[in-house]
Amino acid sequence: MSSFFHDCFIVFRRQIRMNLRNPAWVLIGILQPVLYLLLFGPLLKPIVSSFPGAADNEFTFLVPGLLVQLGMFGAFFAGFGLIAEWREGVVEAERVTPASRTALLVGRLMRDLVQLLVQALILIGLGLVMGMRGSVGGITFGVALTLLVGGACAAASNAVALTTKSEDVMAPLINMVMMPVLLLSGILLPMTLGPSWLQRISDFMPFRWIVDAVRGSFAGDFAGNSLLWGTAWALALFSAAVWWGTATFRKENA
Amino acid sequence: MITARGLVQTFHTKVGREKREVRAVDGVDLDVAEGEVVGFLGPNGAGKTTTLRMLTTLLRPDAGTATVAGYDVVKESEQVRRSIGYVSQAGGVFSSARAGEEVMDHGMLYGLSKRQVETRGHELFDQLQLDGLWERMPKNMSGGQKRRLDIAMGLIHDPTLVFLDEPTTGLDPQARANLWDHIARLRSERGATVFLTTHYLDEADALSDRIVIIDQGRIVASDTSDNLKAQVSGDLVTLEVGAAHVAVAAEKLASVAESVETSGSHVSGRVARAGRVVPGLLREIEHAGVTLESIEVHRPTLDDVFLTLTGRSLRDAESEKPGEPDAADPAATAAASEGVTA
Ligand SMILES: Nc1ncnc2c1ncn2[C@@H]1O[C@H](COP(=O)(O)OP(=O)(O)OP(=O)(O)O)[C@@H](O)[C@H]1O
Ligand SMILES: [Mg+2]
Repeated sequence: MSSFFHDCFIVFRRQIRMNLRNPAWVLIGILQPVLYLLLFGPLLKPIVSSFPGAADNEFTFLVPGLLVQLGMFGAFFAGFGLIAEWREGVVEAERVTPASRTALLVGRLMRDLVQLLVQALILIGLGLVMGMRGSVGGITFGVALTLLVGGACAAASNAVALTTKSEDVMAPLINMVMMPVLLLSGILLPMTLGPSWLQRISDFMPFRWIVDAVRGSFAGDFAGNSLLWGTAWALALFSAAVWWGTATFRKENA
Repeated sequence: MITARGLVQTFHTKVGREKREVRAVDGVDLDVAEGEVVGFLGPNGAGKTTTLRMLTTLLRPDAGTATVAGYDVVKESEQVRRSIGYVSQAGGVFSSARAGEEVMDHGMLYGLSKRQVETRGHELFDQLQLDGLWERMPKNMSGGQKRRLDIAMGLIHDPTLVFLDEPTTGLDPQARANLWDHIARLRSERGATVFLTTHYLDEADALSDRIVIIDQGRIVASDTSDNLKAQVSGDLVTLEVGAAHVAVAAEKLASVAESVETSGSHVSGRVARAGRVVPGLLREIEHAGVTLESIEVHRPTLDDVFLTLTGRSLRDAESEKPGEPDAADPAATAAASEGVTA
């Protein structure tokens, strides 16, 4: 077991080292939510009080949604780096060592989670400066949910990458998944604004429950069952995706 | 060290809608003893890499069994991985990472300490003439430097069983000679077993105790270079004589040789065990009053062996691949033909 953590750490350190040398992607990743915060936040200001179960200001509403968005979309792109590594024979070189196959995935997930955590802290810091409210406990729990979502998406992205081994297949696939997720999760506007048929559809979107849960957690609303559902979904997605990712790293043909 | 029985690997590819099966490896048996250096020779697409990937646990065989270093490649794959080093045909260092760090990380995945991999890494960089490139990114290295880096990475943990897939592609003659030395030392100093694939006949000849030839997924021969060459019907003897004497020389040669041919002032034929026959032949020719300008005796090359075994020339099978050492490389020609000139 100790060798498992050792292997994870070696893989993680190698990945994070390469990221630090080329931090452009990390910065671009954080730029997007910051732009939403600065340029979309003001649009919400006059209407946020009309949202059902209204948040006290637009940033308290928006930041949790942006966090989940950051977790999902940043991580979805993790797989592209893996394809580049696979093409250069890195994955095969790692697979010929006795390192645990799970560690090869987990080490990379650790990189994605650390990156996500840094981005999340920047976003929350900025949100707080602009007037967002939230308890320390609530924010911490919300960040934990975000990390679970991010880990799930990153693991799935790595699995898709190793299965398709082609950016050309992966890019449209991610787009296809991203569109409905974005539209049905209530990240920018609450789904409850919509007609009931749209709300029913969004009930089938796990990410909507998670966005609700992070929002509830930030607002200190620990009693509602959206928190329960969101947490359950986050845990389920995370376990399923890590299992799937490990399976692809294990597969003899990768 | 390596035992394989009936290894099979079939790839499924799609060409448009149509599914195709490629039987890349089609029932391969192998036995490699401890401390042996075996050259695995065959034309492009023969199944060398695929066989190696099965032996190194990267591909699960569709059929057949193999034990490597005493462990089953399917059931005890982790122990196999612990016991071997592998340098793949395409290499495995990331082009925009630093060379030294890549090699160290690789070694640490074998459970070595930072200090161990750092010392050994620098040693290998020295021995493989990569000094000064520790901090360099592979994308800023020459092809031959990058190849040597791949090899350093595969050897970082001092494996006693090494699989090298075309280790010398892209190396200049001097770097190639240096790597040959290195491989020879792996065996003499560390008692390592080496299984290497190559297209270079001279390389297989010079490095290996034994040569295994694969063609279209099947082993077609496995023996020492000398024994393989003995299968070809004799050594090539070429006589150069004055124009007036060609007919007489051809007649004399025909008395000891097969398939005698004449071209200009040269007469050639295949002679079994030429070393014993030629002295007598020379006396005969002198006796007939023929002045010999020159005589050449060539031992059969592996190319001749391949031709005898498969009916195709290895060089033909290779000809589409650029950058093969041919007559242009003097070292290669000398080693391949082992010519004697009198
Ligand atoms: N992943 C794959 N998918 C489909 N076919 C493959 C795959 N890998 C190899 N093949 C096919 O299997 C056959 C054997 O390939 P292999 O790479 O083992 O040859 P090789 O002897 O190493 O050749 P080379 O000298 O060119 O390296 C070839 O016909 C090749 O096209
Ligand atoms: Mg090959």
